[in-house]
Amino acid sequence: MPVSKQLVNQHLLWRAGFGPAVYQLDDLNNSSPEKLYKALQKASSKKPEYLQAADNYLQGLMLGIQEAGRQQKEMSPEQKKEIRKRSRDSIRNLNLYWINEMVNSDAQLREKMSLFWHGHFACRNLNIFFQQELLHVIRRNALGNFRGLLHEVSKTGAMLNFLNNNQNKKDHPNENFAREVMELFTMGRGNYTEHDVKEAARSFTGWGANAKGEFVFRKFQHDDGSKTVLGKTGNFDGDEVLEILLDQKQTAKFISQKLYRFFVNDTIDAQKADWLADRFYKSDYDIGKLMEDIFTSDWFYDEKNIGSKIKSPVELLIGMQRMLPMKLENEEALLLLQRLLGQILFYPPNVAGWPGGKTWIDSSTLMMRMRIAQLINDKDEFNIKPKSDDDQMMGRDDDDIKINRMGKAARPIYAEIDWNKYVDYYNDVPRNELVNDIAGNLLQTKKSVSAGVINEYSDASDKNSFIKTATIQIMSTPEYQLC
Amino acid sequence: MLIKRRDFVKVGSLATASFMVPKFLKAFERVDRVPPGNKVMVILQLSGGNDGLNTVIPIRNDIYYRERPRLGIERASALALTDEVGLHPALTALRELYDDGSLGILNNVGYPNPDRSHFRSMDIWQTGSASTEYVATGWLGRYLDAQCHGCDKPTFALEIDDVLSLALKGENSKAIAMKDPKRLFGTSNENFFRDVLKEHKNEGEETVDYLYKTMSETLSSANYIFQQSRLHPSSAEYPKTELGNGLKTIASLIFSDINTKVYYISLGSFDTHVSQQMQQQRLFTELSNAVKAFTADLKKNNRFNDVLMFTFSEFGRRVSQNASGGTDHGTANNMFLIGGALKQKGVINAMPDLNDLDEGDLKYKIDFKTVYATVLRNWLEADDTTILGKRYDHLKFC
Repeated sequence: MPVSKQLVNQHLLWRAGFGPAVYQLDDLNNSSPEKLYKALQKASSKKPEYLQAADNYLQGLMLGIQEAGRQQKEMSPEQKKEIRKRSRDSIRNLNLYWINEMVNSDAQLREKMSLFWHGHFACRNLNIFFQQELLHVIRRNALGNFRGLLHEVSKTGAMLNFLNNNQNKKDHPNENFAREVMELFTMGRGNYTEHDVKEAARSFTGWGANAKGEFVFRKFQHDDGSKTVLGKTGNFDGDEVLEILLDQKQTAKFISQKLYRFFVNDTIDAQKADWLADRFYKSDYDIGKLMEDIFTSDWFYDEKNIGSKIKSPVELLIGMQRMLPMKLENEEALLLLQRLLGQILFYPPNVAGWPGGKTWIDSSTLMMRMRIAQLINDKDEFNIKPKSDDDQMMGRDDDDIKINRMGKAARPIYAEIDWNKYVDYYNDVPRNELVNDIAGNLLQTKKSVSAGVINEYSDASDKNSFIKTATIQIMSTPEYQLC
Repeated sequence: MLIKRRDFVKVGSLATASFMVPKFLKAFERVDRVPPGNKVMVILQLSGGNDGLNTVIPIRNDIYYRERPRLGIERASALALTDEVGLHPALTALRELYDDGSLGILNNVGYPNPDRSHFRSMDIWQTGSASTEYVATGWLGRYLDAQCHGCDKPTFALEIDDVLSLALKGENSKAIAMKDPKRLFGTSNENFFRDVLKEHKNEGEETVDYLYKTMSETLSSANYIFQQSRLHPSSAEYPKTELGNGLKTIASLIFSDINTKVYYISLGSFDTHVSQQMQQQRLFTELSNAVKAFTADLKKNNRFNDVLMFTFSEFGRRVSQNASGGTDHGTANNMFLIGGALKQKGVINAMPDLNDLDEGDLKYKIDFKTVYATVLRNWLEADDTTILGKRYDHLKFC
């Protein structure tokens, strides 16, 4: 069976972005992947705006540090506590600001790439300034050059602190940063020796960040002796080691494979991935070109790649909001859902990022996923509590959970869906074709859910109610979890 | 109508959910409890990094009192086990278990190159990995993978929670998380889900089929767990706390015919950077009361010998108190072992050596993975080497 035009267009929009938005419904049958990709590229070439989430109090404090030209002065425990709390709240806001970009920005490709890099350069850090700076580095370079991205990320306060490089000193090397740069950011396990890690760590000695998160090179902590890394010998500093890692073709291969898994298919096609790696290496790590290679290849649109991926929780939540524009009275609901589904932006499970694929799914997360549409549509009770995260909470109460302590039937989501555009789109569709049409627009799987079941559980009292309820029901199926 | 128990077990594990009619259940109200032999393990995770030194207290150690002038628990108020060792005053139930020969204490449990981040250290404990590797499956999940080839209900392990922990996620099998069998039954028993499932036919789309398989297992497990929870519901009084309710649910399932071997439940947060005394007192009171009811219930029903319970936390805390009436993240810690069939009892190994610290932190003496290897091999009769990916020595407590 040939893959329909609509399906390939949707395939592109789901993979190179967060799925079709309601205003794109008309395009799905009329446009082509080439045209749609050009538009994505164009929209994504604009410089992203800096997402500033730190609150005024924290910004004032940071300004104070700047003007006085000194490190954080002695603060009382209460002040420190207050700062930690505000920083944590600001990271929650940063999460929501970024989500908002993913839902509403036309630069879908860039935001999707940024989500990939956010998982690749996974970093937990409770300092809002560090986090927003790292995110900006990622969004600015998301489609640029991997060489530049790697160098810049490696010099962020977020990463240097997270991977303990502030403690990496000539007399007491700390290998954490050097190890993760090799294992997770560039070459992957098994392509270097423990000796390489030790020597690379020496090269990164003296790299640190100040209280503002700016990179500082502490000359007196740097080991400027000779090192041998991956067969090369010299008095390397950190930048030179990063260059040595980039010289290795294995780095292009490792990144290409990871991109393939994220954007194409969980199962790697070695031939395709090698072809991508070759071209990525030859282009001197041009990410934009690599993505073009993927999204303009015939094989990307092969049937086996369509509908084969399990949406990550963030992709799922964003995709729904793009198709059903909604006003959330309590935006924190999005944070609660991220927690329950196992993907909280800025809180990756570890430095290896979210493993993805089938690991998103267990009985609890699957049943939760299939209830979200109902919850948005106010048809479901909610009495589920996420696990606490001691790194986030540090012994304090959990703001997200308060939402549903209000009572047994408390709803986690107070949403007002703007149905007008969506319902209008189906004006000319005859009643008996509605279920198939809606399913066609929402699902990427070969076989759709049974129209009979959807009909049975939808409100048939009038056409609009039917469109709405059938949409909610289709979004509550296993098929909708895939893209 | 008389149906033999074992026949029912067979039906229960093979039949689809709709086949299990409540009428059956009536026949069992008179039948005796499950005969001893089905050994189960109950894991109690103390989340947040419990302060081990104020849990199992070195009541004659000057360094302990010197480093903790404000937080140290006086010898007189500790629940003395030996001349040297006392328990936190709130842990009265554990003291009784100690007297009764049903408590074991492992000291200095940890791992090389300890990580002081909650999430990372918990990751290491839950995956059963070294601190230098990142593993995406949990140690009990891999136990499930090994036990659950093609079984239709992944109920060999259950977590009493709304969200499933990494510890219980395997490559191919994942345990079920639920707080209340009835609620799980209610939410998954929605007709829409059942009908969607009924209409699905495997079409060779791998991920679609995977989701339907998970859905089908969830629905049939929800049914199975619910039915089992009503076979012999515990009639004992438990404290009305989350842990109390959770342990009561576990007891009811232990008394049933369910195939579950591992139960997992958490209590927290023990992250006591500030006001440690109050927080630990409150949590230990909850723990002690719940464990008291649970162990009494098991004894009354002759199942205490079939249950091995252990506690763990992602790390202990630093030896010195901090300036805010609390303690900061540390390293090695102690574990409680509870059960009627312990082969080693009491304080099993030496208390922490406070003269030999690593920059103010305890040095580990027992790798926690040897504890896992021991319970997997000796209690659950599973292949610990495959599950842990490495051969570890076995301890002798079970």
